[in-house]
Amino acid sequence: MALLEIKNLTKRFGGLVANDDITLSIDKGEIVGLIGPNGAGKTTLFNCIAGFYNPEGGSIRFNGKDITNYRSDQACAAGLARTFQIVRVFKGMTVLDNVKVGSYLRSGSKSEVHKRALEVLRFTGLYPKHDMLASALTIADKKRLELARALATQPKLLMLDEVMAGLNSTECQEAVEIVRTISGQGVTILMVEHVMEIIMPISKRLVVLDYGKKIDEDVPERVSTNPEVIRAYLGDKYVARSR
Amino acid sequence: MNQQQAGLAGPAVPGEPKQRPIEEAAPFRGRFKAMALVAFILFLLAFPHLFTMPFQQHIAILIFVNALMAVAWNITGGYTGQVSLGNTIFFGVGAYTSTVLFKDYLVSPWAGMLVGIALSILLAVAVGYPCFRLQGHYFAIATIAVGEILYTVVVNTQVLGAAVGIQLPILPESWINMEFHGTDKTSYYYIILAFLATAMITVYWIERSKLGFYFRAIKEDPDGARALGINITRYKLFAFMLSATFTAMAGTFYAQYVLFIDPNSTIYIMVSITMCLMAVLGGIGTLWGPVIGAAVLISISESTRVMLGGTGMAVDLLIYGFLVMAVAVYQPNGLIGMLKGIGRRG
Repeated sequence: MALLEIKNLTKRFGGLVANDDITLSIDKGEIVGLIGPNGAGKTTLFNCIAGFYNPEGGSIRFNGKDITNYRSDQACAAGLARTFQIVRVFKGMTVLDNVKVGSYLRSGSKSEVHKRALEVLRFTGLYPKHDMLASALTIADKKRLELARALATQPKLLMLDEVMAGLNSTECQEAVEIVRTISGQGVTILMVEHVMEIIMPISKRLVVLDYGKKIDEDVPERVSTNPEVIRAYLGDKYVARSR
Repeated sequence: MNQQQAGLAGPAVPGEPKQRPIEEAAPFRGRFKAMALVAFILFLLAFPHLFTMPFQQHIAILIFVNALMAVAWNITGGYTGQVSLGNTIFFGVGAYTSTVLFKDYLVSPWAGMLVGIALSILLAVAVGYPCFRLQGHYFAIATIAVGEILYTVVVNTQVLGAAVGIQLPILPESWINMEFHGTDKTSYYYIILAFLATAMITVYWIERSKLGFYFRAIKEDPDGARALGINITRYKLFAFMLSATFTAMAGTFYAQYVLFIDPNSTIYIMVSITMCLMAVLGGIGTLWGPVIGAAVLISISESTRVMLGGTGMAVDLLIYGFLVMAVAVYQPNGLIGMLKGIGRRG
């Protein structure tokens, strides 16, 4: 059964169609990569799913419920957590407190929340920095903290918006390992990523957007040889050359 | 798992976070703090018997009323980050509701206060629901507008005494009437001390609960908070309702203490601004900050009044202005930030 089902989703900003008639479904336990050139509408699609935007047309079903017009907090409560492309950690709070804010969604008990937050911190490797202010973290750790905070809400579907961007190769490898482990625990993952070396091996399926339209959806190996995808990324010249 | 359980049982495993790191790391300091607090509370309880002059008691009462308003303002303005410059409406509603019920229907001010609190909470929802859609300065401006509307309404309503104000009936002194005549203000002192303590205990509890975490998250980053499942409008409203409750209590007390209210002393924008100033001066988003701010500002305004009399009308405001500028430039965390800084160095 599909965990997330998007049907004919359309989002406009004035005359600009950011998401045009997108249909997409994600099964439980999958890691799906969402790629596309800059301005293709990846983040807009994320924002529509997570309830930050209300789409003009189409429907989104999640876990059997219609969540098309949910607000972001309702979407999160339904089990759909996200991270932001530009980190939005609570700078004036400690790392532990940041994660606790996420844990409080599922439990009102202080000790339960504390325990759960520590587990998540240990899991994401942020444990040694639990009492630092979030503002003092490096960008890599801030991204990790966003991930930890989202995990603390115990999501069924985790949406990662460029968690690897700006990280060096070692940090990237660590992040990939974390994503794999999260997936291994049965959390479904939808991730936007620009770094192909990362997203190709990790995803089971890739969805390609260009100018707001879905132009391909397949296993990574076949997507990378699709002429339309090459045209979107590199231009017509390279399509001819690849043949 | 094993290591984790051991860690949660006590601080034996190095690097494990403790539930109360400060106390455990420095037990002496924690104990000293607790003893200082107990001594301070005993001093406050004994104050009206140590200082029996009406002027001394009057100053203490003024500080407590203002501290109560500042603590209430701090719940929305400090913890949740929603700067309201219209909190005077709750003060006004508290004062006018109990006064009208007392004067026209002889309802005990205690019951009147509860009605005033209920009306203030309703007003907080009615004002907050639309206004919390606005962010930052726009919210502050909208609350100013609401305050001005209520001011204009009261000034033009005969039942509420219009611009002249209302003189409260002088009844035999009793706890039920919340009226105490003569020069001894001890009873008033204890009432307002109890109100302030209630507010501070509530804030202390909020700081450590889910509400406190959510309030701070909303202040830090509303979108980030929403993404973690926080219904930010609902929690902002909670904060505003709590704030309204304590401000209304201060309003009723003020009316019973001064026995005369008019729009200029209860629903005027300067009342709102003073609440905000005291919290900012002392340190927003802290438990003791607003109280320290109130103590400093009231001391300044009363001492200038004593020293300069009628000629020094606005000197206290001048000093406020300089103080706020100094705080903004040198110590954005307020006076409490400065005190903490000294403690750390010493």
